[in-house]
Amino acid sequence: MPSTLIEKILSRAAGLDSATPGEILTCAVDMTVVIDVQFAMTRLMDVVAVHDPDKVAIVMDHAVPAPTVRDATHGTRARAFAHQHGIERFFDVGKHGIVHQVIAENGLATPGSVVACTDSHTCAAGAFGAAARGLGPAEILQILCTGKTWHRVPPTIRYELVGTKPAHVNGKDLFLAIAAQYGDATDHALEFGGPGLASVPMADRRTIATQGAEVGADFTLFPADALCLDHLRAIDHRLALEPVDADHGATYAAVRRIDLNQVDAMVARPGTVINNAVPVAELEPTPIDQAFIGSCANGQLTDLEEAARVVAGHRVAPGVRLIVTPASQQVYREAVERGYVSTLMDAGAVVTNSTCGACFGYHMGVLAPGEVCVTASTRNFRGRMGSTEASVYMASPATVAASAIAGSIVSSKHVMEGTSA
Amino acid sequence: MTTTDDLVVTGRAWVFGDDVNTDDMYPGFAMKMSTQEASRFMFDATRPGWPDLVEPGDIVVAGRNFGLGSSRPVAELFTTLGIAALVAEQYNSLFLRNCLNFGLPAVTITDATRFITEGDVVTLEIENGTARVEATGAECTFARFPEFLVEMLRRGGLIRQLEAAGHLRSPAESTA
Repeated sequence: MPSTLIEKILSRAAGLDSATPGEILTCAVDMTVVIDVQFAMTRLMDVVAVHDPDKVAIVMDHAVPAPTVRDATHGTRARAFAHQHGIERFFDVGKHGIVHQVIAENGLATPGSVVACTDSHTCAAGAFGAAARGLGPAEILQILCTGKTWHRVPPTIRYELVGTKPAHVNGKDLFLAIAAQYGDATDHALEFGGPGLASVPMADRRTIATQGAEVGADFTLFPADALCLDHLRAIDHRLALEPVDADHGATYAAVRRIDLNQVDAMVARPGTVINNAVPVAELEPTPIDQAFIGSCANGQLTDLEEAARVVAGHRVAPGVRLIVTPASQQVYREAVERGYVSTLMDAGAVVTNSTCGACFGYHMGVLAPGEVCVTASTRNFRGRMGSTEASVYMASPATVAASAIAGSIVSSKHVMEGTSA
Repeated sequence: MTTTDDLVVTGRAWVFGDDVNTDDMYPGFAMKMSTQEASRFMFDATRPGWPDLVEPGDIVVAGRNFGLGSSRPVAELFTTLGIAALVAEQYNSLFLRNCLNFGLPAVTITDATRFITEGDVVTLEIENGTARVEATGAECTFARFPEFLVEMLRRGGLIRQLEAAGHLRSPAESTA
């Protein structure tokens, strides 16, 4: 029976030939990732035995280096847990980064695999053709003990990409355009494919797969095409890799055609991305207080490169803060080596330690009442980045960087044209 | 206002709207607090002060897309306040799994916010899939959970099941 990507991966993981939407399957999990905040759950320390320590990683990301004694205690527990159960893949402070970036950099999610982590943006690994989703702390505890969990096979919405992605369009713009037009995808899987996919780089696929959580999708999946396999081989040539794609003739809940040539820079208004994003021009010029580039969605090396390109030779507008958070130590180091960090700092940006940090309004870059932020992170919920009386707009790193220079929400074209003039 | 071992819940309803997200129920700043303290800040953005009005055994009712957002364990805050069950027209799947795994029954009634008015005393028979508004006697049915989830709820959640299966030591054993 022809299968969609998610049907294929979940049925394989359950030891079946095929599966149909609505079926509940017990699936073997190939990689389980535990993060620092999960160690708030003291019961982790009561685990008798980890099912398979080789299929577990621990990543310190949400609150590192520890901003509170409570967070420091989570670190103590994480180190004890790693030691007790012989978890070798332990990305402690110094090797840290946002979990989904660390998964990507280390080849922890491979095509066709099942990946589990408590964090809601675990769907990011769908960029590599992995069935990955956030499951919450109790369920991760179960998988650590048993190596398995259940998944309900969701119906699939397919986005058939045609045309070529314009160079200035980020995965964020493409995602916001889709969320604006089609709204939520609760209880569905999203699947991307079509002839235009080859023009969408891995970094943009990561952004899109990450943000799938924001329209309520259970999974967001890209096929493991040549671009994906080459990317993973470059990370680790020892990875066992094979192409994974949906079958021709698979049954979809909907097939939606997206002409990439028609996608332009988008901004989501505060509150939600669902049916709430518009082309940048419609919001120009909204004055801002803070601009943020970072998170599992847009803290990648290409995002910092793009931000540096936009701000080069300019200064952040008076009264505006530009905060840039590389998604991992590895991204940070490469951004230093390539000069992006000095370019950003010369423009007046603050380049911070690699952490989830400002995205979830926890331990830096928190917004005051009445402030306006434009962010390239994952969520624009009321209160997400600080005060419930602050407003959070969402856009691509290029739009955020340009807005920091202008002091108000603008298209990066304005700033770049200013450079060449 | 009671919850019984046979998964029958009777409680007073609090009604919320569509698209209630996790960051509203469990604000980022509250993640710095104990579960007990954090529970005092549920709905801080949209309904501040609500936790003070809750009585043990109450039920929370919401509309569509309930719980979009983070994996933070909102269910623990609800149970800390004594919320006995959730009813919604539609859930975010991560939020739903999180609730059931922490032993909080969360049932789907497609017209929940029309069927139930704030303040109604409602009885939910989780296993049978029936709901009743006590004042009017109005009844409706809802989709029953698969047996393995009913069993998990009967046990009080996934962690209790892991203990019973010998996967988790009791906290006392660990500290001993």
